[in-house]
Amino acid sequence: MIYFDNAATSYPKPKEVLEAIIDFTNNIGGSPGRSGHRLSIEAARILYQCRENLAELFNTSDPLRIIFTLNATESINLVLKGLLHAGNHVITSSMEHNAVMRPLRELEKCGVQVQIVPCSCDGYLDPLDIEKAIKKNTALIILNHASNVTGTLLPIRSVGAIARKRNILFLVDGAQTAGTYPIDIEKDNIDLLAFTGHKSLFGPTGTGGLVIGEKVDINKIAPLKTGGTGSRSESENHPDFLPDLYESGTSNIVGIAGLKAGIRYILKRGITEIRQQERALTDKLISGLKEIPEVILYGKEGTGNRVAVVSFNTRNQSPSDIGLKLDEEYDIMCRVGLHCSPASHRTIGTFPAGTVRFSLSVFNTEQEIEKAVMAVKNITKIL
Amino acid sequence: MIIIMNRKVDGMTEPLQKSVVIFYSTSAAIKAESLAKKQSLTVKLIPVPRHLSSDCGICLSFNSNDIQRMEGILNYNKIEYDSTYNL
Repeated sequence: MIYFDNAATSYPKPKEVLEAIIDFTNNIGGSPGRSGHRLSIEAARILYQCRENLAELFNTSDPLRIIFTLNATESINLVLKGLLHAGNHVITSSMEHNAVMRPLRELEKCGVQVQIVPCSCDGYLDPLDIEKAIKKNTALIILNHASNVTGTLLPIRSVGAIARKRNILFLVDGAQTAGTYPIDIEKDNIDLLAFTGHKSLFGPTGTGGLVIGEKVDINKIAPLKTGGTGSRSESENHPDFLPDLYESGTSNIVGIAGLKAGIRYILKRGITEIRQQERALTDKLISGLKEIPEVILYGKEGTGNRVAVVSFNTRNQSPSDIGLKLDEEYDIMCRVGLHCSPASHRTIGTFPAGTVRFSLSVFNTEQEIEKAVMAVKNITKIL
Repeated sequence: MIIIMNRKVDGMTEPLQKSVVIFYSTSAAIKAESLAKKQSLTVKLIPVPRHLSSDCGICLSFNSNDIQRMEGILNYNKIEYDSTYNL
């Protein structure tokens, strides 16, 4: 079996992830931040250590300004719905996932002005177009770091610099880059970073979070939910400090124990090495697919400006037919269609049929790439 | 008052006074524990003594001699805390 669907969720995970989940379940098991006994304290330590590891990975100084959520979608919803009000203007790109587009369309109905800056047909964005879109009432710029359809990286550092200069908050959707491409909260001028745990950070599903930069005034972002936090139990009013402000109810501590092991794996192996290896695999995949005359590739040329995501179509078959044949005849798992991102497919000209998407991880091999290229060659030859 | 006896090398004993820092959240207590350990302070997370707070959380105990270092760590790292108490 060949697994090329890592942009949806990574598989396999490093063995340490499963070991950490088992260890927590067997030997710790306590509820973090709720009780004074040592199992509860040990669980709270795991939560904190996971924040510390994330802080190291994203180069941010205060681990308590990293909060856990279910996934990037929840983190994005938290910022958009907690921050934006009727009359505010928000800028985004035409390459966004529905995790951004749907909450924005919902807010638009409540009087938020949504401006979508078009990207080129290879999914690239000109930072100057963002600057031109800024208005007096612009409250937020939100961009994905890399597209889940084409893998194209957006120029977040330049846009972040523009946002900082104009004193506008900048939210980055790092679902496709956290763990696989270097992210530096300081250098990349990011105020808020939404990330998911179950993709390139190798955690289980149901883990994710939000990094809240030092410049962000948390009083301006209302929590999505309130409730028990284990802190200030005497009060019926919700706490106003981090991380408790945005973390109500018992955390997914079993998942976070696994996530912590996934991040440690990345820190140990080194993000530069992971990136290089994925880039080499992606280069090989792209050059292999390019050799097939029936194949149309999307996204930026080369791999300097993309993560390990490759979308393509063929001139003679639909993406869904190709996907079915790859699964049933060649044992290759990939994702076809619109990838929850109709805006991106409109931008690159593949709406409504979509594309076939191969998304790799550092656990894929050159042999798998060769087999997959051969499979696509055979499938397109049949007709 | 809890007095912990600390046996010295020369055979003499000397009382070792303990203090605690009380925080607003468990996360802050864990953060302080992590930072204090990095500075080689002897610390331990314990349930907040009932006579100090009605909250159900944990606090960080340390040797009272280290009070200045502990407050330095808390202030330098901007960790909000309620107060420190001698036990």
